[in-house]
Amino acid sequence: MRAMRDQLHRAGLERIHEKLQEGRRLDFDDGMRLYETPDLTAVGYLANLVRESKSGPRTYYVRNLHVNYTNVCNKLCKFCSFYTPPNSTDGKGYVLSPEEAAARVSQDTGEPIREIHMVAGINPKLPYQYYLDLVRAVKAARPDAQIKAFTMIELAQITRVARRPLEEILPELKAAGLAACPGGGAEVFSDRVHEELFRAKLDNEGWFEVARAVHAAGLPSNATLLYGHIETQEEKVRHLLHIRELQAETGGFMCFVPLAFDPSQTELAHLPVTTGYANLREIAIARLLLDNFAHIKAFWIMITPPVAQMALWYGADDIDGTVNHYEITHALGTASHRQVLGTSALLDLITEAGREPVERDALYHPVEEPTATATGIASVSTIPVGHPGLTADG
Amino acid sequence: MADRFSDGRLADVEEKILRAERLSFADGVHLFREANPLQLSSWANLVRRRLHPDDLVTYVIGRNINYTNVCWVQCKFCSFYRLPGAEGGYVLPREAVFRKIEELLVLGGTEILIQGGLNPALKADYFEDLFRAIKTRFPIHIHGLSPAELIYLAKISDLSERDCLLRLKAAGLDSIPGAGAEMLVDEVRDQIAPYKDSAAAWLSLMRTAHQLGIPSTVTMMYGSVETVEQRVEHLIKVRDLQDETGGFRAFIPWSFQPEGTHLPNVKRAGGLDYLRTVAVSRLMLDNLPNIQASWLTQGPKIGQIALQYGVNDMGSTVIEENVVTAKGAVFMLPLPEIERLIRDAGLRPARRNTRYEILSS
Repeated sequence: MRAMRDQLHRAGLERIHEKLQEGRRLDFDDGMRLYETPDLTAVGYLANLVRESKSGPRTYYVRNLHVNYTNVCNKLCKFCSFYTPPNSTDGKGYVLSPEEAAARVSQDTGEPIREIHMVAGINPKLPYQYYLDLVRAVKAARPDAQIKAFTMIELAQITRVARRPLEEILPELKAAGLAACPGGGAEVFSDRVHEELFRAKLDNEGWFEVARAVHAAGLPSNATLLYGHIETQEEKVRHLLHIRELQAETGGFMCFVPLAFDPSQTELAHLPVTTGYANLREIAIARLLLDNFAHIKAFWIMITPPVAQMALWYGADDIDGTVNHYEITHALGTASHRQVLGTSALLDLITEAGREPVERDALYHPVEEPTATATGIASVSTIPVGHPGLTADG
Repeated sequence: MADRFSDGRLADVEEKILRAERLSFADGVHLFREANPLQLSSWANLVRRRLHPDDLVTYVIGRNINYTNVCWVQCKFCSFYRLPGAEGGYVLPREAVFRKIEELLVLGGTEILIQGGLNPALKADYFEDLFRAIKTRFPIHIHGLSPAELIYLAKISDLSERDCLLRLKAAGLDSIPGAGAEMLVDEVRDQIAPYKDSAAAWLSLMRTAHQLGIPSTVTMMYGSVETVEQRVEHLIKVRDLQDETGGFRAFIPWSFQPEGTHLPNVKRAGGLDYLRTVAVSRLMLDNLPNIQASWLTQGPKIGQIALQYGVNDMGSTVIEENVVTAKGAVFMLPLPEIERLIRDAGLRPARRNTRYEILSS
């Protein structure tokens, strides 16, 4: 494509293009260059080369449910509008009992649920037994769904209240039904940002330690980057390179999710909402730097469905799921603040983008059985096999 | 790493774009059907930069004045109108119009968009008086009366369209909004707006206006029941008239909003369809200088991304927009936010007037 070659030249991205063609790994300077160039299309073009070499036109989605079992949290992160402090008397704090959580996931969604995404605040009053009971109850209520639960931050809390090492409790959680861990709580691996925004939270090295233990226990996880607050481009590049190193070490990450910061109702409410450019650029740069990640996710709740659709051409090969419940943040910048996308709407986003939908489970295994009758969608094909998704063994 | 875009399917079209050659109907259809978003972005960007090498992205500070909500047409997608004689119908008193203009001037505004309904009580002399009253009081550009209103106005005033336009121009009408073009294909118009004028009538009114020295914009409402071929047909009709008159200043595509219409089962067109349509418009309309984003319907995120798909103008910083609001989707963006989004995209914001002359950048 001649026009694009000229464009890569003008954008100063020829060297990166060459490296990609030669299969060479991008470095810190390349990452900075990708942030600095104003030419989003050229960056997207490069990211799409990687995306298509890994996933072709395939775009993964999941029928999932979100459960936030408590909003009580003692971390007081400045970027969070979800939490209620443990000593709060405003009556807004809640904890779902295992039975309540089970009841919530038992709601009739009209279609099979493959993944239950369960994260929450750091509530110091919850004993270790609660977490085991929670996972068991949810698993019993939805035996066909895989439970993806507990960020590294929550796991650090669980091992603390259990007064036992992660190496001992992770197999117990796994036996209770835990299949994978989400990637939240990584925020930005920068001591400066950590000190300023989330000082009470597990520090960066701590996050790595928990992730290592999780992967060693045979539990795959995701990784994230929270962008759009006070972080610098340099800090973002370093964050991505840290994650890449850890992936080289453990191989336990399934998917990387750039998370767009939503300033509304937080202590950083004076900051502007992330732009569409920023949303696409973060996805593209993650795709380019994280060459050892199989998947990059465009989380539509945070960046809006139309931008998530565009992201399928800027490096993303996963659009998350139907998300039947979500409380932590809400999408900004669209006319609606919908928290649920029906399966057919999700499939429309993918197919209208000229991509091929592949239903997955929490571990990125394609879901084989046809579900066309349940949804009335006849054209949804299942899945080219041989996809390099990670298994529970990492 | 293989470059799957170099497979040559669109190579001919790309060659034409690089040589700044005119694209054909078949090229337009091919672009809609075969080009991927990154190709469209790359090519549309190239053409935008060719036409606007300074990387300026313009906007105008303006205000909509809906002078009446009385209308007999009963478009099914409109919840703004009141039938003649019905409760809640209004015609804005002159003082209210003046007050709105004063407020706008305080904000540095330069343009009013005067639109309303097809109100049988308001004939040409009403608008002549109104425009004269405005022009003697305020240094403001009157961008007003869509073709549907003008065709109706000429009819109920027993005037030819030409004479009607001449009188309005003499009274102060500066330019005409391109609203109501919908799809300039009668098979589509018959389904989505059966009571509106034909494509030929719409184009003929615009031709007359341009010949009298009244420029206009032109819109396209896509995403209802039309085919890709019909979208391209619309673009070519616009391009042909522009060859003839040169009177179109900007092209504004926007998506059909199915909610609350008599076509509720039409799926709302998505973000990618919008960007694709913007880009193909930029590529086909080689004789139209400006492509305007539709922030009102697309929101700030897609509106900004459109700057990589051929858009070079953000339109009016709308203070009120009753018709779109009544239909649902509406995004209000403060001026600093518009400028931030333009800069964030690596481009330079510039304030313009309705003639697209740069006032400050």
